[in-house]
Amino acid sequence: MRLRTFLAAGAVASAAAAGAAQAEDMTIVSWGGAYSASQMNAYHKPYMEMNPGVNIINDESAAEAVAKLRAMAEAGNTTWDVVDVVASDAIRLCDEGLAMEVDPDAMLAAAPDGTPASEDFGDFLVSSCFIPQIVYSTTFGYRTDMVGDTPPKDVCAVFDLETYPGKRSLEKRPINNMEWALMCDGVAMADIYDQLATEEGQARAFAKLDTIKDQVVWWSAGADTPQLLADGEVVIGSTYNGRLFKLIEEDKQPVAMLWDGQVFDLDGWIVPENLSDERKKRALHYLHFATDTQRLADQAKYISYGPARASSAPMVGKHASLGIEMAPHMPNEPSNMSNTLLYNYEFWADYRDDIDAKFQTWLAK
Amino acid sequence: MANGEQSSGPILAADGRPLRQSLARALRLQKLRALALIAPLLIFVLVSFVAPIADMLFRSIENAIVPETLPLTVAALEDWDETSGQPPGEEVFAALHQDLLVAVAAKAHTKLGSRLNYERTGIASLFRKTGRRVKRMEEDGDLAAQFAKVHKSWTDPGTWTVIKRFSGSYTSGYFLSSVDTKLGTGGIEWKPDNERIYLFLFERTLLLSIAITVACLIIGYPAAFLLATLPMRTSNVLMILVLLPFWTSLLVRTSAWKVLLQQQGVINDTLVFLGLIADDARLAMINNQTGTIIAMTHILLPFMILPLYSVMRTIPPTYMRAAKSLGATDWTAFWRVYFPQSVPGIGAGAILVFILSIGYYITPELVGGTSGTFISNRIAYHISSSLNWGLAAALGVILLMVVLVLYWIYDRIIGIDNVKLG
Repeated sequence: MRLRTFLAAGAVASAAAAGAAQAEDMTIVSWGGAYSASQMNAYHKPYMEMNPGVNIINDESAAEAVAKLRAMAEAGNTTWDVVDVVASDAIRLCDEGLAMEVDPDAMLAAAPDGTPASEDFGDFLVSSCFIPQIVYSTTFGYRTDMVGDTPPKDVCAVFDLETYPGKRSLEKRPINNMEWALMCDGVAMADIYDQLATEEGQARAFAKLDTIKDQVVWWSAGADTPQLLADGEVVIGSTYNGRLFKLIEEDKQPVAMLWDGQVFDLDGWIVPENLSDERKKRALHYLHFATDTQRLADQAKYISYGPARASSAPMVGKHASLGIEMAPHMPNEPSNMSNTLLYNYEFWADYRDDIDAKFQTWLAK
Repeated sequence: MANGEQSSGPILAADGRPLRQSLARALRLQKLRALALIAPLLIFVLVSFVAPIADMLFRSIENAIVPETLPLTVAALEDWDETSGQPPGEEVFAALHQDLLVAVAAKAHTKLGSRLNYERTGIASLFRKTGRRVKRMEEDGDLAAQFAKVHKSWTDPGTWTVIKRFSGSYTSGYFLSSVDTKLGTGGIEWKPDNERIYLFLFERTLLLSIAITVACLIIGYPAAFLLATLPMRTSNVLMILVLLPFWTSLLVRTSAWKVLLQQQGVINDTLVFLGLIADDARLAMINNQTGTIIAMTHILLPFMILPLYSVMRTIPPTYMRAAKSLGATDWTAFWRVYFPQSVPGIGAGAILVFILSIGYYITPELVGGTSGTFISNRIAYHISSSLNWGLAAALGVILLMVVLVLYWIYDRIIGIDNVKLG
C-alpha cells in the first residue's frame, strides 16, 4: 500500500516536472547582486507574468561574457539567449561577429509619443549590435569625516595630496584614470583623446599619476572601493555611482558623492549571433518588452542608474523601499552633469591593448 | 629418438602451439582487457583534458585569420618591398577591395582588425571604418585614392608592413610579444622600455613562488615533525587543525587575510593599541608582495605539511634513540639521522607548493595589489578581458616549459625517485 502511494506520488511529481519543463527556459546573463535584482523586479517578473510559457533563468557571468561567448561559439553550443554587457564589450562582440545586429526601429518599441526607438536612444546606440539599457558613471566618493572643513569640489582633489592626504582608490586599468590625469594636468576636455593618442600625451598622463602612485590602492571589483571607504582605508575612491548610492543612502556611511568629472558609460543588451531563429525571435520578444519606456523607468526604482531612453527620464519616480526621489541620484540628471565625459568607445577599442601594456608596465615599476 | 626431438624443439602448450607464443598471446589479451577497463578514463582524459589544452596551446602560433580573410591581398603584397617607404601600388588596393567585399559580407573584417590591432594600434578602427565604406567604392576608379580618403593610414607603409609580416598561417608574433620583443625591420628587437612587462612578471612569479615554498617549508617542517612524533591520539586532533583551513573556501580565507592585514585591520589596530607603531605609520601588509606571500603561504601550507608528515611517520623513532645511545647530541642525531630520511617529503612538498603557486591566480589578484601579482593574472586578463588568446596561450606555453625545465633540473639534482607523497 505504502509503496503504491509512493509510486503514485512519484508519478504526479514527474508529471508536474514535465509540465514545468514545457515552459521554455530563457537564459539571461547579467551582473548579479543589486543590479540583477533590479532587472528581476522591473523586467523579468512582469514579463514572465505576461508570458507564462517562458521561464527566465538568471545567469550571473556578465563579467566574463565576452570570453565565454567566444568559447561557446567555437564549441558550437551557445546556451545564452540575452546577455547584459557594457557598451565596450558589445562593440567587441559585434566586431568578433558574436553578437547579432539589431535594427532598433524595427525590433524595439517606440516611445509613448511615437518617437522611434533610434531617436529615443539617440547617441547611446554606439554599436549596431547594442541595445542600451542604463547610463551609469564611474565617479568618486569621499569620506566626509576625513576631509576636514573643505570637502572636495572637483575631481582634481584626487591628485591633491596636500589638502587631502591619505590613500585613494583607483581602478586597476588605464581607462578613466588617464583621462582624469590629463584633465587635472590642465588639458581641455575636448583635447583629452587627441593627447592620449600621442606618446607625449600618454607620458604626461603617467607623470601626473606618478605624483600619487604610492598613495593609490588599485581596485578590480566594483565592491572594493565601497568597502575601502567604509573601512576608512581610503579618503577618496572611484567606483560606479550605483555602488556609492547604496553606500550613502542604504548603508548610511559617512561618505559623499563627487559628481564632478564623472565618466559616463552604458550598459545594455546583446543577443548572441548563432542562436536558432526561434530563440532569436523569443529573445527579441523579451527585449521589445524590457527596453520600452516604462520598463526602463521602472528599473530606476530599484537602482540609481539612469534609463538610456530620453522618454523614460520624466517617468523616474521614487526608490521602491527607501522612498526617496531617484531623479537627483541619476548620473544623467542635468545638475550632476556640469563636468562629464562620455567613455570614448572608438578610442579605447583601438588603444586599449597598447595603453594597457604601458599601464601595467608603469604599475609594476 | 622421440625424447631428444622433443627437448630440442620449442616447448609446446596443451593446444600444440609453442608455449612462448601462447604466453605472449595470453599476456597481450590481459593487457588489452586492462586497457579496455581504463578506456573510459583514458578517453575522458584525452577528450576533456589533453585535447583542449593542445588546442589552446596551438593558438599561440596560429594565424590563419589573415591569409584566410585577405587571400588576394596577401598574394599581391608578395611583390611589395616594405623597405621602400612607399605604400603598395594599385593592384594591391584592388585585391584588398575584393577581399574586403567578401569579408564584409561574412562580417570577418572587424575580427581581422582586432587581430591586427594587437600588432599595431589603430588597425581595429581602420578596418571597421573601411568596412562601412567599401561597398560604395567604385571598382574602376582609383582605389588607392578612395582607400586613402576613408583613412589616411592606408597610405602609411607601416600599416602594410604589419599586414605583410603577419600574412602567414603561422606566426611567431605571440611568442615574441610574450618575451617583450617584436619583429622589427632588422629582425627581432626589444619592445620600448615602457612596454616591457612579461619577462619581469615571469621573474617575479618565480621569485615569489620560491619565497612561498621556503616559507611553507620553514613553517611546515616543525609542524609536521610535531605531528609525526606525538602520540596518535593527540596528533589526530592536531591534524584536524591542519585540515580545517583546507576545507574552508579559498575566498573566505583570502578575505579573512584582508580583514587582518589591512591598514585599519586587526593586526595594525592591535599594534597601534600596544603602542608598538604610531597611528600614522601603520604597516602596509596587504595589496603588495607581503600580502601575496602571507596569504599564499597559509593557503598552500597543507600541501607541504601532509607529504612531510606521511614521510616522517615512516621514520622509525628507534634510529634517533640509537644515534643518541652512540653518543650523538640531539642536534647531530636530528641532522645526520632524521633529516636525511625526511628529504623525500621535503622534495614532494616543495614541488607541490612550488608548482601550485607558480600558476596561482585568484589570491595574488585579491591581495597582491600591483607588486604582488603573478604572470597568471596577465594570462587571465588576456583570456577574459583583452581576448588576445594567442598571447595568453604563448604565455601559458612558456609557463609550462619553465615548470618542465625546473622539474627536469630537480630530477637531475635530487632525483624524482626520491619524492614520496606517502
